Amino acid sequence: MTDVIVVEGVRKRYGDKHALDGLDLSVGRGTVHGVLGPNGAGKTTLVRILATLLRPDEGRVEVAGHDVRTDAHEVRFRIGLLGQHAALDEELGGRQNLEMFGRLYHLGARRARVRADALLERFGLADTGRKAVKQYSGGMRRRLDLAASLITEPEVLFLDEPTTGLDPRGRAEVWDAVRSLVGGGTTVLLTTQYLEEADQLADRISVVDRGQVIADGTADELKAKTGGDRIDVVLHDAGQLGAAVALLPFDKATLSVDTDRRLLSAPVTDRMTALAGAVRALEEAGIEAEDIALRRPTLDEVFLHLTGKPEEAA
Amino acid sequence: MSTSLSWAVTDSWTMTRRELAHWARQPFQVFVGLAFPVMLLLMFGYLMGGGSGISGDYREYLVPGMFALTMAFGLDATMVAVTQDLNKGVIDRFRSMPMAVGAVLVGRSAADMLQSALSLVVLVGVGLAVGWTWHGSFAAFLGALGLLLLLRFAMLWMGIHLAMVAGKPELVVTVQILVWPVSFLSNAFATPESMPGWLGATVEWNPMSATATAVRDLFGNEGGAASTSWAAEHAQLLAVLWPLALIAVFFPLAVRRFGALSK
Repeated sequence: MTDVIVVEGVRKRYGDKHALDGLDLSVGRGTVHGVLGPNGAGKTTLVRILATLLRPDEGRVEVAGHDVRTDAHEVRFRIGLLGQHAALDEELGGRQNLEMFGRLYHLGARRARVRADALLERFGLADTGRKAVKQYSGGMRRRLDLAASLITEPEVLFLDEPTTGLDPRGRAEVWDAVRSLVGGGTTVLLTTQYLEEADQLADRISVVDRGQVIADGTADELKAKTGGDRIDVVLHDAGQLGAAVALLPFDKATLSVDTDRRLLSAPVTDRMTALAGAVRALEEAGIEAEDIALRRPTLDEVFLHLTGKPEEAA
Repeated sequence: MSTSLSWAVTDSWTMTRRELAHWARQPFQVFVGLAFPVMLLLMFGYLMGGGSGISGDYREYLVPGMFALTMAFGLDATMVAVTQDLNKGVIDRFRSMPMAVGAVLVGRSAADMLQSALSLVVLVGVGLAVGWTWHGSFAAFLGALGLLLLLRFAMLWMGIHLAMVAGKPELVVTVQILVWPVSFLSNAFATPESMPGWLGATVEWNPMSATATAVRDLFGNEGGAASTSWAAEHAQLLAVLWPLALIAVFFPLAVRRFGALSK
């Protein structure tokens, strides 16, 4: 499989703050790659460098076979960008925006018009008429923004937190659009703070913190890396959580307690031994459990495990 | 090379059309933009009565000064437009597209120059209506309009550069306020002779004064050659050199600054 995005040892400094501090990444053709990390991890800086908006201080960055520094013009023919803020002319209407971008891609007036109509139709914006974009709802704006990123059917599409600020319906719409794109062979790099989003959409995930990739792999691989399965014990009475922690045969250092949910959660190595041990110990001590279950870790726990701190924006 | 040139022309035209589409969307703003200098002209012409140091008809003196003032105030209009544009997400899309780098700036300047030319046409009309007229040849009249637009073109590139340096709309307000005293420290409303010596001398060297004096000469309006200072006697030369000098400084700075947005 050929890599469409290659990032090697990229650094970008603002003053004495390293936004990117030796970041490496590679993305295979036709895949969706999730870049997951908290606010300030360097996700947006990475996307802006990939989309030729920002020059890296150091390192190699290639998109669709072209260097973003020396060959930015060639890169720009092959990419689409959906940034965090709508990259649209808010004073103009949807069709006016798409036609303008089409002409700037030198489709010619007639093809730009045809393409604009097709995209408006596809994203459910055909009936917006002359309405200015500033009067659009958040979801409509995002859809138009996505349509604008797809005018030339780009080889590589960058989505920077594509669903931040959208309601669940708007989010579902964007997810559907991304899935249908990948079916068409587009390579997608998306950044997100939503663990669920990376899990849902991405073939592979790079977890980024402080300008570096601290882990990568498929969602399953990342979950496996953090110690595999966990056991959740929900007690009837939150007052007994302390007694249960003292009693249960789990590692105190990695165990977590959520008093509101009367929940005690711990990583386990041997599933059945842990389950049987927990049931027996609680029964003998007369502590009543509402639920005991084994499960795979969530990406929140993956992040906590990898960075040693809670995922900030979650 | 010819391809990239034709692309640059096409892109610049697309960006100019974008600005014209904005006009079509906001006819009221366009109207206000054209009405503001007319309002100033009427205010100074009627409310303030005669300016200091003018022996003849004040409007003969004032109207060309207002032309120059309107061109200078274009600095403010350009800065506001550029700052608004740069703080919008759409600039990111432009910059991530394979379009000619300078087309955004060319579109801006084409629209601003067109707006200023329109504004001059309106002001000439209002000037004629309030009793001002030109006494020289038609060629001299056109030459005067050319000098005014040259000043506007200099203000345009100065505005683009300052807007990019300022960056945020809040800082633009500072420049907007400063435009007033700097514009009034000119001979638009009053002759330098009527001012204290040091102030008059400063005023004569204001680029706006050079343009105002030069167009008064070309229009054959009164008060044009009242002063015998070097600056006043060489007003036409200065009215060409001042804007050219400003363009020579700010055009490359603005283009470089725009290219450095990726830093």
